Amino acid sequence: MSERSHEPLWEVFIRSKRGLSHNHVGSLHAADAQLALRNARDVFTRRMEGVSIWVVPSAEITASSPDERDPFFEPAADKAYRHPTFYDIPKEVKQL
Amino acid sequence: MTAVAADPSAAYLLRLADDCLVLSHRLAQWSSRAPTLEEDVALTNIALDLLGQSRALYARASELDGSGRSEDDYAYLRDEREFVNCLLVEQENGDFAVTIARQLLFSTFQLLQWRALCDSTDMQLAAIAAKAVKETTYHVDHAVLWVVRLGDGTDESHRRMQAALDSLWPYTAELFEDDELTRQLVTRGVAVDPEKLREQWDQTVERVLREATMQQPAASWAPTGGRQGLHTEPFGYMLAEMQHLHRSHPGARW
Repeated sequence: MSERSHEPLWEVFIRSKRGLSHNHVGSLHAADAQLALRNARDVFTRRMEGVSIWVVPSAEITASSPDERDPFFEPAADKAYRHPTFYDIPKEVKQL
Repeated sequence: MTAVAADPSAAYLLRLADDCLVLSHRLAQWSSRAPTLEEDVALTNIALDLLGQSRALYARASELDGSGRSEDDYAYLRDEREFVNCLLVEQENGDFAVTIARQLLFSTFQLLQWRALCDSTDMQLAAIAAKAVKETTYHVDHAVLWVVRLGDGTDESHRRMQAALDSLWPYTAELFEDDELTRQLVTRGVAVDPEKLREQWDQTVERVLREATMQQPAASWAPTGGRQGLHTEPFGYMLAEMQHLHRSHPGARW
């Protein structure tokens, strides 16, 4: 396999047949978006995994940093009241 | 076993099947050595599509010629002179540009052929064609994408893509040849008249080459003979490699 550093990285999202949303399945290298889409089709949907594909340049994704984990996520840990568990569901309501 | 099956329809199906099988094997030779991992998977996916098409066609040919031959018999136990694929598909892989040029030229032809065969009076052939249209549409799409990118890419990729096209162009004439067999089967509504596919093929290829900033080669010599079992030198080597295991260990299984 040759040097790939000149080819940008793409994140691949696939929506499965029954799925409601696209899920991240992996990443790959490709020279441009159209090639990335086809590579994704060939690499990630060989076994009927999906009906729709998104590819996104990895460089366009802004990610939270592990250093920010505490300020980002820790404060939610002791706020159990944010979960909808503090009221009774009436018997008549079946689908909730 | 004879090169030409007694039943004309079976003989025609063998041409279609051998085109698929031989190109499938050529593409499979890229496995583990394609320029990139993603392309490795792409080329072998196409190889598997073609292998599937050839299997369906061999099975149908066997029904029609009444020989009871299995798909393996057709693939592994016929000699070079009994294969009736066109010369284009047996040409060596060369560099990636040669493989892509071969794919553009052949898949574009094959797609037109499958589309026309959807109306074949042989219902089973029509069904095989209908399934293959979807697969081959992707093969064309894949080839076009690469031809445009390599042709309209760097100086080196343009030079290589043009050289690949020039070297394979002579073999395209054979695709559109008709003979007594095709004429007979066209009358019965089984086969497609290859000559009728020419105009659309020309248009598609011309459009792609223009987009890729490439020159369409001028018509020069037009080698032929594949449909009569007369092949080019690289084919014998390919066949020897492909058949070696089965011939050395008859009935070998995984």
